[in-house]
Amino acid sequence: MTSPKRVGRIEFGLFSPKEIRKMSVRKIIWADTYDDDGFPYPQGLMDLNLGVIDPGLRCKTCDQKAADCPGHFGHIELAKPVIHVGYTRLIRKLLRVTCRSCSRLLMTAEEVEKVVGPEDSELAGEIVSEKDIKKERVCPHCGEQQLKINFEKPTTFSEVFVEDGKKIEHKLTPADIRARLERIPDEDLRVMGVNPDVARPEWTILTVLPVPPVTMRPSIILENGQRSEDDLTHKLVDIIRINQRFKENQDAGAPQLIIEDLWELLQYHVTTYLDNEVAGCPPARHRSGRPLKTLSQRLKGKEGRFRGSLSGKRVNFSARTVISPDPNLSIGEVGIPLAIANEMTLPIRVTQFNLDEMKQYVLNGPERPTIRSPCGANYAIRPDNRRMRLSEANLETVAEMIEPGWTVERQLKGGDIVLFNRQPSLHRMSIMAHRVVVMDGKTFRLNPAVCPPYNADFDGDEMNLHIPQTEEARAEAEILVSVQANILSPRTGGPIIGGIHDHISGIFLLTHTVRHFSKKEALYLTQHLPLEHLPEPDTQDEAGNPLWTNKQIFSLILPDDLNMLFRASSCQNCETCKREVCENDAFVRISNGNLITGTIDKKGIGAFDGQILHRIIRQHGMKRAARFIDDVTKLSIRGIMLKGFSFGIDDEDLTKTEYGQIDEVLNGAVSDVERRIKIFNEGQLEPMPGRTLEETLEMQIMQVLGKARDRTGEIAGRHLGMDNSAVVMAVSGARGSMLNLTQMAGCLGQQSVRGERIMRGYEDRTLPHFRRNDLGAEAHGFITNSYKSGLSPTEFFFHAIGGREGLVDTAVRTSQSGYLQRRMINALQDLKVAYDGTVRTTGGRIIQFRYGEDGTDPGRSSYGAPVDVKGIVESVLKEEVK
Amino acid sequence: MGAPLDVLKHEMVPDHQIMSEEEVADLLAAYHISLEQLPKIYHDDPAVKVTGGDVGNVVRITRDSRTAGRAEAYRLIVKRPKK
Repeated sequence: MTSPKRVGRIEFGLFSPKEIRKMSVRKIIWADTYDDDGFPYPQGLMDLNLGVIDPGLRCKTCDQKAADCPGHFGHIELAKPVIHVGYTRLIRKLLRVTCRSCSRLLMTAEEVEKVVGPEDSELAGEIVSEKDIKKERVCPHCGEQQLKINFEKPTTFSEVFVEDGKKIEHKLTPADIRARLERIPDEDLRVMGVNPDVARPEWTILTVLPVPPVTMRPSIILENGQRSEDDLTHKLVDIIRINQRFKENQDAGAPQLIIEDLWELLQYHVTTYLDNEVAGCPPARHRSGRPLKTLSQRLKGKEGRFRGSLSGKRVNFSARTVISPDPNLSIGEVGIPLAIANEMTLPIRVTQFNLDEMKQYVLNGPERPTIRSPCGANYAIRPDNRRMRLSEANLETVAEMIEPGWTVERQLKGGDIVLFNRQPSLHRMSIMAHRVVVMDGKTFRLNPAVCPPYNADFDGDEMNLHIPQTEEARAEAEILVSVQANILSPRTGGPIIGGIHDHISGIFLLTHTVRHFSKKEALYLTQHLPLEHLPEPDTQDEAGNPLWTNKQIFSLILPDDLNMLFRASSCQNCETCKREVCENDAFVRISNGNLITGTIDKKGIGAFDGQILHRIIRQHGMKRAARFIDDVTKLSIRGIMLKGFSFGIDDEDLTKTEYGQIDEVLNGAVSDVERRIKIFNEGQLEPMPGRTLEETLEMQIMQVLGKARDRTGEIAGRHLGMDNSAVVMAVSGARGSMLNLTQMAGCLGQQSVRGERIMRGYEDRTLPHFRRNDLGAEAHGFITNSYKSGLSPTEFFFHAIGGREGLVDTAVRTSQSGYLQRRMINALQDLKVAYDGTVRTTGGRIIQFRYGEDGTDPGRSSYGAPVDVKGIVESVLKEEVK
Repeated sequence: MGAPLDVLKHEMVPDHQIMSEEEVADLLAAYHISLEQLPKIYHDDPAVKVTGGDVGNVVRITRDSRTAGRAEAYRLIVKRPKK
């Protein structure tokens, strides 16, 4: 190993023609590549001096074989200079700020000093820009009248002068431009921010073109034995051909017109060779019509060299497939299809202690027939690092040979730790470590409670799996990355893993009000829980059979010493809380691990604000919390299956009375709007402070219609009680809201764009169905129908307008937050919290003197606070503290 | 024109104090760092100009913290580089 060196500085500059010739090993003059025997032409584009790609041949420059020769540059002498497209902006700027006759900067020394600042001891930092030059002026050095320089994409420069009142453009040839750039003195360049030692401006005009080594443009041999050249080679062939023809014509003294045409053609080929996506220049195409991938296309963009090859890498030991749910798995487990488990391996060092086990793995071989069969091995690695693929043929011989010092690449088996990931990996919980469970089927299986951190659902999502290959990686995965270490989100300090959707509905149905279960029912509910005994039954029925309460059943999964008081999601926030005798059963009291009153719902076990979960984490640790989530998912799924839970179109049905009331409310609102419009038209409307009359009317209309929508919701809600599944979901916080229900059963309400009624469309009206200047409710997107009753054509159109706004907002938000994320990661990626609590860069420079100023890890905090004082006091006093 | 604005009295401006040489030496020893590894503040920062710090001095900034109540930070005064 060479000793590490520190990069002091990096200098960027241009190649001078001299340097290009110096580094070149061969002048290239022939456009052809290979002769009929398949041998490269000397001085052709595949000249053996430029390096070799065919195995067996040796490089004529360095005498190395194809694998070792790095390749060498050649060069093409251009018949006439051409502009390098990458520098057209610089050339334009330089032409505009320098004199057309003496090439000095069009500023006097005093003017320069004004911008650059006095020649201090420190190097003057400021540089002059195009703005500092006055237009249409005379050169202060030689008195020449300056002309306007016109630049036309991609590479045409011309001077404009006025003659007889007409503007005349005179084209500048690259040779003219080069001559002008050559004359710019070094001192003037420095003032303009160009370092003439490494980048003389005339070097932006190419007189000699480097030919890249064949190693970076290898030709491939197709199946039919034909050679197919790289896009770069194709482009170089074009350049050489035109260059050759140009030279011949030049020597033969061809007319100026032909010379100009050829010059332009050469310019075109060199331009597309450098960048095939220049504005105002048709891209050079392959014979098949595909645009060629030339130099700048190789570097640019997401698939380019920087973002695609250098920053981004592909990995081994990874798998990807569709995900599906399995509530019987623990949150810390992941189900892996047998086919994947058979393919993926883990290296295990053979020692004298595990020798027999390893031999057995090898004997089992690479084909594991069922998920219950013991796992085998795919490779064995000898002490000399030779890798042997195991197959039916060599199992026994290899098993005999194995001894300490070997490594066996064993297949995945249950209990192995793996990293599981879903893109976009926006936060650290997007990658978590799970334990393997080998399963049938072809999908990855996960407990739905871990969906929130991954933001996963099962509508076709795919996820990735990575197998840590070393003991250190496995230890780190276990301690830092495991699911249970990530139940608390470092964003809020609250749980992010917990019950979702059916878990919440299920536990709500199970625990709501007091009910009794027979032994059969109690055992059905608890059959998947790790329990040994049922508790003492609460009561008996008439026949003397024992009965358990639903609260007792739930208490089984709570830690014994849990004491809590909180209000459930179904709490109505009454003015005076009735506490234990709440008619909604929303006051939750848990003492000594027994649920006394209250319903468990989103506030209790939900993924983002599960209070029970949070308390268990604080008092019993992550492991107990993980078990609690496992138990909750199992119990709640049983709870929901006890009666069944479904929602259909007739669940939105109301009775005649309600429909009559809804119509009444809506008609009333619409006529109220009309009345207000009339008042407005008569000029009787009193404007609100700081608003115009129109704004006042709009606000009033919005208010009236909004209230009407809510009233229909109330009417519908009165009919739909707790026996309605949608109400259960909304009240428990599982999914949806009462608003959604209102829109399904009652009325959709006002559609809006940017928070206002829909105003756009035709002249003075939204649609031709309405009269001009109609301010009425229907004409501006108020929908009286519900999803159930169906929308009228105009209503449907307004609904689509409102819906589209939402879609556009999400699209804009994701792209913006994606870019913000990229910038944040680039800025923060190397910061770390040092052992003394400071936040430092890799150079040891301090960013924060104490992490977050209080040194608290939010991922181990209680909603940001280092100690959950309220929770501790509450669990001791067993009473609410304010 | 009225009295010039005293930026230090503005409620959004935290307390700035120039540290003595001994204090700076203690600070550097406590964190095992060199002067260059401290966060920086420009010499023409309004608060620095009022406190009268020179390039090379270290200011102690004591601010109210939402998480910690009070937090101290230290910044090395440097010359603002020209653009």
